[in-house]
Amino acid sequence: MTLTQLPWAVWCIMAPLLLAAACFVLGKRWGPLAGWLSAPLVAGVSSMLVWQVIEHGPQRYELGGWGAPLGIALRADGLSALMIAMTSAIVLIVSFYAHSYFQPAHGLTRHGDADDLAHRRQYFWPLWLLMWASMHALFLSNDLFNIYVTLEILGISSVALVSLAGGVALTAGMRYLFVTLTGSLFYLLGVALLYSAFGVLDLDLLGARVEAGPVVWAAFALMTVGLLLKTALFPLHFWLPSAHANAPAPVSALLSALVVKASFFLLVRLWLVVFGPLDALEWARLLGMLGSVAIIWGSIQALRQVRLKLLVAYSTVAQIGYLFVVFPLVAMGAPSAWPGGIYFVVSHAFAKAAMFLCAGTIARALGHDRIDMFHGVGKRHPVVIFAFGLAGISLMGLPPSGGYIAKWMLLSAAIETEQWVFMVVIHAGGLLAAAYVFRVLQHAFSSLPCVSPAQGEVPRAMELAPFVLAVIAILLGLAAPYPLMLMEIGDPFALATPAQGQP
Amino acid sequence: MTPSVLYALAGVLLFVGALYTLIIGPELVRRIMAFNIMGSGVFLVLIAFGARQPDAPTDPVPQAMVLTGVVVAVSATAVALALARHIHALSGHTRLPEDSPSDSI
Repeated sequence: MTLTQLPWAVWCIMAPLLLAAACFVLGKRWGPLAGWLSAPLVAGVSSMLVWQVIEHGPQRYELGGWGAPLGIALRADGLSALMIAMTSAIVLIVSFYAHSYFQPAHGLTRHGDADDLAHRRQYFWPLWLLMWASMHALFLSNDLFNIYVTLEILGISSVALVSLAGGVALTAGMRYLFVTLTGSLFYLLGVALLYSAFGVLDLDLLGARVEAGPVVWAAFALMTVGLLLKTALFPLHFWLPSAHANAPAPVSALLSALVVKASFFLLVRLWLVVFGPLDALEWARLLGMLGSVAIIWGSIQALRQVRLKLLVAYSTVAQIGYLFVVFPLVAMGAPSAWPGGIYFVVSHAFAKAAMFLCAGTIARALGHDRIDMFHGVGKRHPVVIFAFGLAGISLMGLPPSGGYIAKWMLLSAAIETEQWVFMVVIHAGGLLAAAYVFRVLQHAFSSLPCVSPAQGEVPRAMELAPFVLAVIAILLGLAAPYPLMLMEIGDPFALATPAQGQP
Repeated sequence: MTPSVLYALAGVLLFVGALYTLIIGPELVRRIMAFNIMGSGVFLVLIAFGARQPDAPTDPVPQAMVLTGVVVAVSATAVALALARHIHALSGHTRLPEDSPSDSI
């Protein structure tokens, strides 16, 4: 058996899962080190899977040799491979940041603080790897019920990571837990209905059997609402700002960059593979409308925030809106909007992770993150502010960033289907993004003397990690053909145009 | 109306009722219980559908799903209770404050 024939899809899930258990067992002294070393290892395994998909096309693996309908299958096509590549790249870079973030800083003098930090560092790594494993499992699973389990692992590990910050984060985490559990139960009720009607759980088998009917419509509504709650589409975003803004910085970065995208990915998969025959035009219109409101309302809220982390969190609420503009564009006959939406997912993930890490570094350097007290930060931490600006370029959608390519694809789909409202909204969202990014930069570059006392040195990795992420967000614009080619492997968007070539 | 449909409807009723409590209740323990009842409602629906045909043997797949679902529900409840205890230790009560994301650190 050569290297390319190994079941890398299985190892993508097993490696972080086993390493999470190992980190937990190794405990306070060696656990954090093992966790930090695990990150490159898991990223290496993921890159093998991506390579396998590029070389040999889509992969399918039946767990334990039990085929569907009874067994559970894993499937890796170009779309899952791209999601896994994105997840691994971001988690790897943020892991370097997290390693420094949880090191004792010079400022910590009180004994209790150091104890508290060691406690957090000990539990951070197992949860971190668990979250990573669940995301991989979600992107690879081809079984409705298995996906429910991955959703729950993802939700519970995210909540635990948010609560690691303590204090206000506990109530934010609690609220987040209720939301994510409710979303999962909606999804599970949908699974129950689908199984009762068709007797299979495998996505492909289900896709072949589904016919429009009241049960399928009910399952569709339940699963869509449950996943919208987890993706935080306006007006179901109420939990997001407090959870994302109060978590530790590396956790905020992953929540905003990846976790909300995981449920969006699932929604896209279900719409394409299972609910293709429904032709849910009205639902698509509704999602597009809510997305448009999210873009405008989220951006305005971001402009009004006093704290940088909350600004970035509300910016996530706005950017999620763009993902849902894709649905009406596709439904009105522009299937090219799917790749545009997925490209938006990827470029926003890198840009938003960079922004949250910048916010964390600035908060560490100043001891607070009040935007109007940022005078002189630009002079003291030029790399961080530069990274924030680069990430901002991608959020605004200026060339040559990844955000520009994604918005361009969405805009051309809007022109193609003559939906002018979305053109206006996409442009307005870009302008508002420019406004809130420049508001931060304006204070950072202000020539007023710095009023915040320095809190000691900021570790080098905490400056470089956001910079690397922001550079990738820009490079995604220059090297766009490669990710776009990768996501088309196995034709994941094939069902986007229903009833073509079918009897 | 066959018994299995009756059970499924009861499950949906439990789901909706508990969802209502979960949304409006400020008391944490009450909401955690509501989540558990919601889950039980879904499990009841699954089991009821598994025994849909009275003559045929019961479909084991929904039962396997419920078994896994119970494990998930127990772990989620454990996490929720642990969080509730921490909130209680910190604030002296087990209620969530009014939502104001702008709370400073």
